[in-house]
Amino acid sequence: MEFFIQQLVAGLTSGAIYACVALGLVMIFVSTDHINFAQGEMAMFATYLAWAMIDVGFSYWMAFVCAVLLAFVGGLFIQRVILKPLETAPVLSLVVCFIALLSFFNALAGMLWSFTIKPFPTPFPPKDIFGNGLVSAQQLGIVAVTVIMLGILTVFFRYTTLGLAMRAAAQNASSARLMGVRVSWMLALGWGLAAAIGAVAGMLVAPIVFLDPNMMTGILVYGFAGALVGGIGNPMGAVAGGFIVGVLENLVGSYLIGNELKLSFALAMVVGVLLLKPAGIFGQVIVRRV
Amino acid sequence: MAAILDVKGLSAWYGPIRALYDLDLTIEQGGVTALLGANGAGKTTTLRAICNMTRRAGTTTFDGKDISKFTTEDIVRLGIGQVPEGRGTFTGLSVDENLRLAFHIRKDRAEAMRDMDLVFELFPRLKERIKQQAGTLSGGEQQMLAVGRALMLAPRLMLLDEPSFGLAPLIVQEIFRILKRINVEKKVSMLIVEQNAALALELADHVYLLETGRVVTQGPSELVKNDETLRKAYLGY
Ligand SMILES: Nc1ncnc2c1ncn2[C@@H]1O[C@H](COP(=O)(O)OP(=O)(O)OP(=O)(O)O)[C@@H](O)[C@H]1O
Ligand SMILES: [Mg+2]
Repeated sequence: MEFFIQQLVAGLTSGAIYACVALGLVMIFVSTDHINFAQGEMAMFATYLAWAMIDVGFSYWMAFVCAVLLAFVGGLFIQRVILKPLETAPVLSLVVCFIALLSFFNALAGMLWSFTIKPFPTPFPPKDIFGNGLVSAQQLGIVAVTVIMLGILTVFFRYTTLGLAMRAAAQNASSARLMGVRVSWMLALGWGLAAAIGAVAGMLVAPIVFLDPNMMTGILVYGFAGALVGGIGNPMGAVAGGFIVGVLENLVGSYLIGNELKLSFALAMVVGVLLLKPAGIFGQVIVRRV
Repeated sequence: MAAILDVKGLSAWYGPIRALYDLDLTIEQGGVTALLGANGAGKTTTLRAICNMTRRAGTTTFDGKDISKFTTEDIVRLGIGQVPEGRGTFTGLSVDENLRLAFHIRKDRAEAMRDMDLVFELFPRLKERIKQQAGTLSGGEQQMLAVGRALMLAPRLMLLDEPSFGLAPLIVQEIFRILKRINVEKKVSMLIVEQNAALALELADHVYLLETGRVVTQGPSELVKNDETLRKAYLGY
């Protein structure tokens, strides 16, 4: 039982990270139908920026906030400068562009900070929450930060007119323009938010996997699995999907198939869900009249 | 009276296909102009071209300001509200959110709240369905919502593309009565595209007849109403 709870908690912890990555992917997907393959590398790069700031003497949370802001501006900038001119380009050109971004950030990080792994500090004390070895402060902290961030985003999208304008732009661009919404800027904002969410994920996971330019590669696959399992057109679904993938991956890994096959299990889950319910578990097929 | 909208030499293309040929069109301040013509004549294209939603050429002057090079968003923000063909419903948003979207560009929040009350007063049905997902509204309700959304922009000119499309006669009457009210009470000028020519001619003071992307006739609606040959040839009644 104890082992089960430990695995469950570990699953929820990695699930929180996958949920962030999945949410970043969905944020861009819902408004452009594109999968940003560079999502993971952008997160990794932001994490390096945080590391560099801590290295020159910033406090952890100061560096955390600055890295999130820098990631936001960076995401905005990438959309404005690189993707906006490609608005009418064929999908394949965009895929190439995303892959180029991916290798660019990977190479740049390697060039600036070398490919050797670095430890990344954690803001959470090395404490056992209940004193019985079930939940560590680190795990609780990761889940808490994720949940707080999700809460802020939910409030933003549900209760602010800017959030509403972003949703409208994603749903029906020409109609949104007729309501005065600057659609292209909404896409840029979406990129900024996706990059900021990614930065949070990167900084949360870095103390566990250690910092290196390839640290997000596997995590991106899990995040992608989470998004597809939950429903890539639905932010809430993607978040739930991230948690589901995290928990199942851990439980199935430790009870059934062993850790080596965990990644294959994630892929099997994606294929399974896509076969049975192409829109994802929580993907709603929008009711539409014609 | 000064013109609120003055269009000169408007042309439009879809890829290599030309849909409009040097259209001239004027709408008086506070006036209602009907734009009539057969299917494919270019009525929708005219409205889209005025809002820069297609490749176009020609000059558009709105309230003395040259808006030919403006983006759709900026044209809307200047005060041109369009009720587009197909209604443009945000199907995944609630009725409430569809309307509140206009708050994004409204500086005068109190005034905007009053406009929302007006929309609900004009269309009580929308108020009853305020939390409903807009994609599940009936066609007529979505048309009301489209008019309501445009009203929320506090426009000085409304471009309406077949507001009666697919609606029951009673609802059509109702919508036209409401348009009249908006025109008189809120002093909103209008350009209305309609298949129901008789109805449009009742509301409009001015008419343009369009054929294959060109204006064939224009004038006060009385003139067209009383010209039997014109009516028979172009309006079919
Ligand atoms: N997206 C498009 N691509 C290519 N051609 C188009 C497009 N939209 C319209 N057209 C063409 O432009 C011409 C004018 O179309 P438009 O939609 O303006 O007609 P309309 O007068 O609004 O007709 P209706 O009464 O049927 O709505 C038509 O010949 C149409 O085939
Ligand atoms: Mg039309």
